[in-house]
Amino acid sequence: MALLEVTNLGISFGGLQAVAGFDLTVETGHLYGLIGPNGAGKTTAFNMLTGMYRPSEGNIILDGEDVTGKSPEYISKAGIARTFQNIRLFRLMTVLDNVKVGMHNRIHYPMWDGVFRTRTYKEKEHDMNRKALQLLKVFGLDDKADYAASQLPYGQQRKLEICRALASKPKLLLLDEPAAGMNPNETEELMDTVRKVRDDFGIAILLIEHDMKFVMGICEDITVLEYGRIIAHGDGETVSNDPRVIAAYLGGEDD
Amino acid sequence: MQFLSYLVRGISLGSVYALIALGYTMVYGIAKMLNFAHGDVIMVGGYVVFFAFCKGNMNPWLAIILAMCACTLLGVTIERIAYRPLRGTPSLAVLITAIGVSYFLQNSAMLLWKSDPKSFTSVVELPSLYLFGGRLQISAETIVTIIVSLVIMFVLIWFVQRTKQGHAMQAVSEDRGAAQLMGINVNGIISLTFAIGSGLAAIAGALLLSSYPTLIPTTGAMPGIKAFVAAVFGGIGSIPGAFLGGILLGIIENLSKAYISTQLSDAIVFLVLIIVLLVRPTGLLGKKQMVKV
Repeated sequence: MALLEVTNLGISFGGLQAVAGFDLTVETGHLYGLIGPNGAGKTTAFNMLTGMYRPSEGNIILDGEDVTGKSPEYISKAGIARTFQNIRLFRLMTVLDNVKVGMHNRIHYPMWDGVFRTRTYKEKEHDMNRKALQLLKVFGLDDKADYAASQLPYGQQRKLEICRALASKPKLLLLDEPAAGMNPNETEELMDTVRKVRDDFGIAILLIEHDMKFVMGICEDITVLEYGRIIAHGDGETVSNDPRVIAAYLGGEDD
Repeated sequence: MQFLSYLVRGISLGSVYALIALGYTMVYGIAKMLNFAHGDVIMVGGYVVFFAFCKGNMNPWLAIILAMCACTLLGVTIERIAYRPLRGTPSLAVLITAIGVSYFLQNSAMLLWKSDPKSFTSVVELPSLYLFGGRLQISAETIVTIIVSLVIMFVLIWFVQRTKQGHAMQAVSEDRGAAQLMGINVNGIISLTFAIGSGLAAIAGALLLSSYPTLIPTTGAMPGIKAFVAAVFGGIGSIPGAFLGGILLGIIENLSKAYISTQLSDAIVFLVLIIVLLVRPTGLLGKKQMVKV
């Protein structure tokens, strides 16, 4: 059974059908790309998958469980984590604390243990710190653990967002334009990071990206959206040779 | 010596303002709303202590714990019934509702407990402290109030900065949507904030009435507004700011009562607020780098 099975997903705002008939199958250990012109509904699709928007129709089955219309925190617990198009780190908190917030549902202790600093509290916090630092190390951010998140340079903030998302131990990671605003070198490096994350953490990744080199370079399966509908689906070559995709990006002959 | 005595009493009054202001500032920082009913929760706490301790001869500790439980329950219920359905609506709607809740509590108290003043007996049963060969007398209430508020402030700062629940509060304060996507139950965190703020209000009520022992249904209104001023004065959203603002406000109020005019003291307090806000619109500690809760 597939990790994520999305069938006929759609949403409309007022009279505007933003996304319709969205189908997607995601298997563990694979990299998926979601592309399309601006305003095609890519981020809207992400928002439905993570529970930020309640779909008007269709189903989202994650690991055999129907999570359609569940709250974001429920879906986070169920195993979907994401990053954002415009970075949304907790800017005033430290790098380490950002990752620890990501672990919110993995490590628990009662409030009173924290107030009275009991042994349980100390052990759990120690455990969290250790795990968070390990994760930061994967991204080369462990030496900046005590910085405020806003003090990091742009590229590292992007990495920290991925790191924070991974802290919740997701089964599926959604990356919304991870390479936005990056220079070619940073993009190259990010491609390695994304591949490494997929291999080391053994999870599925679905990403939105405008950088075609990036998408074609790492995604095994690409879905193309235009005006909220899927116009093409397949591997990089199939998709880039599809006349409808070319028309969507370059403008069709009859335009 | 006179001056010192006024100063210490000012700090004590300020500590009560600080305790109330902590509630304002935390709720503002996390739920992004001004809970104008906060002052009236103090009044309810005061009545609970009055009936349990002054009338019912309950152990003062037990009476305060009872009041804390009652106020916590009240605060969480108010949030659940009156504020949560308005989440996501313009802040003006929530503000007006909060004022409505405030009047509701005051009038319910009048209905239940009548408007005649009740005379409160101090929950602090300790002797006064005499310093400088008896020339400076500091009441036990004063000392207890100051110590209790200091301890509470440090515990709160610890809690917000060093525990999982505190981190969740900071996250909700900064970006509610992102916090939700991290699996944080935002409603739960906001309820927790109201619970803490209202629990502190009960302590503030008991301490305030121990020093100023007249209890009427509008007892909470003025200290509530002053504490709000203190929170804005110190930089709303900041825990140390609320504390500093509270203490300063208490000192200014007490000293102007002593040296300028009793009637004018409130006017002076608000004048200082206006001046501070003209110079520093974000309040004394309301910088961006400040730890917001």
